[in-house]
Amino acid sequence: MLGFLKRPVVVTADINLNVVALTAVGLLSRLWQLAYPRAVVFDEVYYGQYISFYMKRIFFLDGSGPPFGHMLLALGGYLGGFDGNFLWNRIGAEYSSNVPVWSLRLLPALTGALSVPMAYQILLELGFSHCAAMGAALLMLIENALITQSRLMLLESVLIFFNLLAVLSYLKFSNSQKQRPFSLSWWFWLMLTGVACSCAVGVKYVGVFTYLLVLAVASVHAWHLIGDRTLSHVRVLCHLLARAAALLVVPALMYLLFFYVHLILVYRSGPHDQVMSSAFQASLEGGLARITQGQPLEVAYGSQVTLKNVFGKPVPCWLHSHQSTYPMIYENGRGSSHQQQVTCYPFKDVNNWWIVKDPGRHQLVVGSPPRPVRHGDVVQLVHGMTTRFLNTHDVAAPLSPHSQEVSCYVDYNISMPSQNLWRLDIVNRESDADVWKTILSEVRLVHVNTSVALKLSGAHLPDWGFRQLEVVGEKVSRGYHESMVWNVEEHRYGKSQEQKERELELHSPAQMDVSRNLSFMARFLELQWRMLTVKSDGSEHKYSSSPLDWVTLDTSIAYWLHPRTSAQIHLLGNVVIWASASLATVVYALLFLWYLLRRRRSIRDLPEDSWLRWVLAGALCAGGWAVNYLPFFMMEKTLFLYHYLPALTFQILLLPAVLQHISDHLCRHQDSLCGWSP
Amino acid sequence: MPPAVGEGSARSELRPRRGRCGHQVTRAVGPDVAAAAAARSPKRPARGSRRFEAAGRWALLALVTLLSFATRFHRLDEPPHICWDETHFGKMGSYYINRTFFFDVHPPLGKMLIGLAGYLSGYDGTFLFQKPGDKYEHHNYMGMRGFCAFLGSLLVPFAYLIVLELSKSLPAALLTAALLTFDTGCLTLSQYILLDPILMFFIMAAMLSMVKYNSCANRPFSAPWWFWLSLTGINLAGALGVKFVGLFIILQVGWNTISDLWHLLGDLSLSVVTVGKHLTARILCLIVLPLTLYTATYAVHFRVLNKSGPGDGFFSSAFQARLSGNNLHNASIPEHLAYGSVITVKNLRMAIGYLHSHRHLYPEGIGARQQQVTTYLHKDYNNLWIIKKHNTNADPLDPSFPVEFVRHGDIIRLEHKETSRNLHSHYHEAPLTRKHYQVTGYGINGTGDSNDFWRIEVVNRRFGNRIRVLRSRIRLIHLVTGCVLGSSGKVLPKWGWEQLEVTCTPYLKETLNSIWNVEDHINPKLPNISLDVLQPSFPEILLESHMVMIRGNNGLKPKDNEFTSKPWHWPINYQGLRFSGINDTDFRVYLLGNPVVWWLNLLSIALYLLLGSIIAVAVQRGARLPAEVEGLSQVLLQGGGQLLLGWMLHYFPFFLMGRILYFHHYFPAMLFSSMLTGILWDTLLRLCAWSLASSSLARGVYVVGLLSLLLGTAYSFYLFHPLAYGMVGPLAQDPRSPMAGLKWLESWDF
Repeated sequence: MLGFLKRPVVVTADINLNVVALTAVGLLSRLWQLAYPRAVVFDEVYYGQYISFYMKRIFFLDGSGPPFGHMLLALGGYLGGFDGNFLWNRIGAEYSSNVPVWSLRLLPALTGALSVPMAYQILLELGFSHCAAMGAALLMLIENALITQSRLMLLESVLIFFNLLAVLSYLKFSNSQKQRPFSLSWWFWLMLTGVACSCAVGVKYVGVFTYLLVLAVASVHAWHLIGDRTLSHVRVLCHLLARAAALLVVPALMYLLFFYVHLILVYRSGPHDQVMSSAFQASLEGGLARITQGQPLEVAYGSQVTLKNVFGKPVPCWLHSHQSTYPMIYENGRGSSHQQQVTCYPFKDVNNWWIVKDPGRHQLVVGSPPRPVRHGDVVQLVHGMTTRFLNTHDVAAPLSPHSQEVSCYVDYNISMPSQNLWRLDIVNRESDADVWKTILSEVRLVHVNTSVALKLSGAHLPDWGFRQLEVVGEKVSRGYHESMVWNVEEHRYGKSQEQKERELELHSPAQMDVSRNLSFMARFLELQWRMLTVKSDGSEHKYSSSPLDWVTLDTSIAYWLHPRTSAQIHLLGNVVIWASASLATVVYALLFLWYLLRRRRSIRDLPEDSWLRWVLAGALCAGGWAVNYLPFFMMEKTLFLYHYLPALTFQILLLPAVLQHISDHLCRHQDSLCGWSP
Repeated sequence: MPPAVGEGSARSELRPRRGRCGHQVTRAVGPDVAAAAAARSPKRPARGSRRFEAAGRWALLALVTLLSFATRFHRLDEPPHICWDETHFGKMGSYYINRTFFFDVHPPLGKMLIGLAGYLSGYDGTFLFQKPGDKYEHHNYMGMRGFCAFLGSLLVPFAYLIVLELSKSLPAALLTAALLTFDTGCLTLSQYILLDPILMFFIMAAMLSMVKYNSCANRPFSAPWWFWLSLTGINLAGALGVKFVGLFIILQVGWNTISDLWHLLGDLSLSVVTVGKHLTARILCLIVLPLTLYTATYAVHFRVLNKSGPGDGFFSSAFQARLSGNNLHNASIPEHLAYGSVITVKNLRMAIGYLHSHRHLYPEGIGARQQQVTTYLHKDYNNLWIIKKHNTNADPLDPSFPVEFVRHGDIIRLEHKETSRNLHSHYHEAPLTRKHYQVTGYGINGTGDSNDFWRIEVVNRRFGNRIRVLRSRIRLIHLVTGCVLGSSGKVLPKWGWEQLEVTCTPYLKETLNSIWNVEDHINPKLPNISLDVLQPSFPEILLESHMVMIRGNNGLKPKDNEFTSKPWHWPINYQGLRFSGINDTDFRVYLLGNPVVWWLNLLSIALYLLLGSIIAVAVQRGARLPAEVEGLSQVLLQGGGQLLLGWMLHYFPFFLMGRILYFHHYFPAMLFSSMLTGILWDTLLRLCAWSLASSSLARGVYVVGLLSLLLGTAYSFYLFHPLAYGMVGPLAQDPRSPMAGLKWLESWDF
């Protein structure tokens, strides 16, 4: 206390001029003429549209990665005062004056520049010399593929930055573990590891591979810690808990945080709404919420409803019927019931309205007080415009002959009675007495006579069905599938007794006022699930390549071409660096195997500490290359050269490490051999 | 009584898993005599009791085998109609008997064995195996079913022996045998003409021989050592030869071999030469031998199937020339392409077909309104094209012109023979693949424009620059736009007669879609040669059939809106597979695991992981375990570890597979899981008993625990046996049904 009175306050600053210089050169190489070209370059066309969505606060769904990366880019747009008004439709289009190109490209450029000094630091922390560390940094600095990728509004350099940050902070942490565990810097680096990992995953899903690598190294270290008998049980437990908190809990929370911010930012409805569930759409401003606002919550006998399929694939659609009947004989010669078609229709339409009817009564209006429909109740569904009953029977469906046909019953006076009783099965209920709720309840309609459930088969009907989607009855016992589940989207209490009045009523929009909110976790889970399952069109691309092409640099991407001057930007690696880095990986693998086998025979070529250093360098650098590269062989999406860059950075780190090792041990080893020879 | 026998065996058979490691593992024996055993000298028991004990062990093995055979062969002939996939594998067995060529996504060994069994038992291959439910009538199907049931019955004694070898504990082995004998799923799967019993037989046989050879490790290069090692290799070849999932047991054996070699390498008492010998022995027996056998099965396969059959179309033209009955067989056509030749051009990708055109135009609004060009799977006059020089329209077949061969890099024109229009492409988008260019037939009587010029390139220029029928892989590059002729494989709508779309792709990537070969070739000016010269060599056939199988496997993709079986359904026995019958009047067989067994397995895996990690952490922390616990934990970690690895290897890869999956894919993993259960509960009960002070109480706990497990499985089998042996009568909802009250899960469908 008051120590500063006795001793002077001294600030000693260790400034490594190498780092400063590297940072400066890195910044120079990445930031110089950043705003050139003032045109959309390659994938900027893709990320740009999401930035515009952020600027306009419009909800979107992008399956390519979690929202953190997009948000970082949008931050650049926000700082530059971008209003989001730009049509991102064509590579090479000139940016209009309202687009702050420099600030949009700033963040990727900064992260790309900072990766250079970080490479230096990582090699130092791995225990290699300043010379090797400088080498690694210089290689990072001059690798033209990295420069190209950093200078544009793309996410790879951000991902690489967080990957390196995760590795660097883990190394700092594990080095301070030897000296002062539980010190402030120990905690700082441990936490930073977790944060960097989650940021890497948040930028792109492939960041998860680096995260897993760090986790693996950390768990091996933790296992050694458990084996350390000089530590007390409690202390070991504390160590393990601290690691679990920082490397498992913190990343999970951070990941949730990204989505939380994302959902706060994009709160307006937009063009991607349709893919989401009704409940999610209702939680956005505008769009469905405007329609469903004020609907009565509980579905009652006499309610008029539209039923949306929960699975919504191949397209989101509503249960639908219309005057046309199934053709008597299909093209393939099978017969049908010739009754009124029931389909699923992907557009809002007055024919999507159905009335929930109590089989015991005749009226089609809601009584007062309304009698809510509960789980397990038997109901009839009456098509609003044609007043025919939803019906199914043992007739093969038009396109899925193993399922039953669903129709609206027409009495032809033949021996085919109507079978129009449906039991309501609320899938996401909490108790058996739960009430059928608008939007929130996901229900199956199970046919009483034949125990089939109403299902969207996914097939498009031919011309006689107006290319709408086929609806069939599928045996409940085949198993649960989301395509059997429906939810009420629009809903109102029917008031008109007469058919004419009712038709008028159906045409008028539903209104009344209540709004409802979905919890964050529910929205997060739905959004994440849809993002993971959204189908990319899997289209081939002129510049797509296979992972094997990357190592040999057998591919390149033309990013941008000036229409008149033919000035261009081309993504292409430096052949010398790529070849030598690959060579270094091979040399590392061979040497490692050699040492390992000889150690097994108790021949120690390396002193213990340099062996450990050699292993750790390999685990992080060669391992980092492997985990960021090999999984691409199993991926089915369209791949490009830039997917290889994260792997390449790890390979570049390995190169000087291998060189130093060779010069330190193998060359000296030969000298000593010579020295001993008689 | 099991524990007593177990105690005896444990003492006499007590041997560490690796003899050379030196340190003796003291196996905790029956708790009742644990103390006594410790006090007694470890000398061998008297000879008489030893012989008696050996006889007892043989008797037990015989009993287990007998019970297994009895359950598997009981009512094997029912139902006398085709059940489930019998329609495929029975049919394929018939193909072998009839020697007609067919295509299947699985390697041939399993179906060959089925065919052999049918042949030996007097089945003549005349039954059509059209669809499930067809009656066999007078056809002899029992030979094939009996063969599968025989292999399926052997699984139980194999599991018994594996567990015995790993744990040295008879009760554990007995428990495993009981679990498998009384599992309705294994039973059902073993009773029909399927690949699964054959596959599981080879997997278990490989595992057994591997375990046996591990225990011979203290006598390397002895006769039994060689025997078990090479037997492992033979069984690996068998497993891979039946289905590609046999790869998983290869991985398991591979892992075991590597860790084995690692230990040998670390043993400094062995010279490097000895280690080298070990390595060579394993390479010989576990790599060379299986590969040879595996290749041999294909040699037999191709030798046997020499008649044209339903599988021809899946293979390349050159391949088809081998099959008698195929129109390419024994055909003789000119070898090299010359100008004026009339040819058919076939796409190299499976099931795309021949380049085709016909007198129909592309409809309004779809590219230019010119004549359609498609690919068509069947042979037809409209598949014929004439190859012409690009710059002259003179008839090259005029005898006054010399023969000029087409060479790599030549610029040619392809004229459709029936309609005299040229193959043409231009900057219009293709009908379905919007990023490609449209391909049409253009021009009148062969006179078109420069968009009809194509450069012909040979991809595999091993045969020189000329273009060889069947063997040369060619690409056609459009001269003006630089795009490559290909087929997208998409089906055109009705206006295109549901033939496949042909496009010109601007992406110059090498895919099979854009590579073609010449099949038919007519040129009166050239001498015909026999196609036998062009027949592919055996390695080429082998490679091609593997490519076709892999593509076939990848083609089995599930549809979005279908209910499909997911890997996580399997261990919880979520849903079975209907083998036969739907309604209450049908004879119904339903493939479903015995839920008691399966849920016990599931619980055991969780318990194993818990117990295993507790022990591992305790050891790592340097805790001193009592000798008995030490022995038990050795068995648990090493023996159990191998089985857990087997379970994981046979289960987790399915999560990564994109193809459509079925419940029965889990059964190999289930075998491993049941063996793990046997070891786990035996160890757990011994640990419980050991922790109790009084020896009589301990013995009681052990015996009661084990008996209740055995009897519980037996009783559950009694409850669920109608699933496997078949049932007629009302469905489970009805109280009169034999399965009344047993539909424990909604999703079970019986």
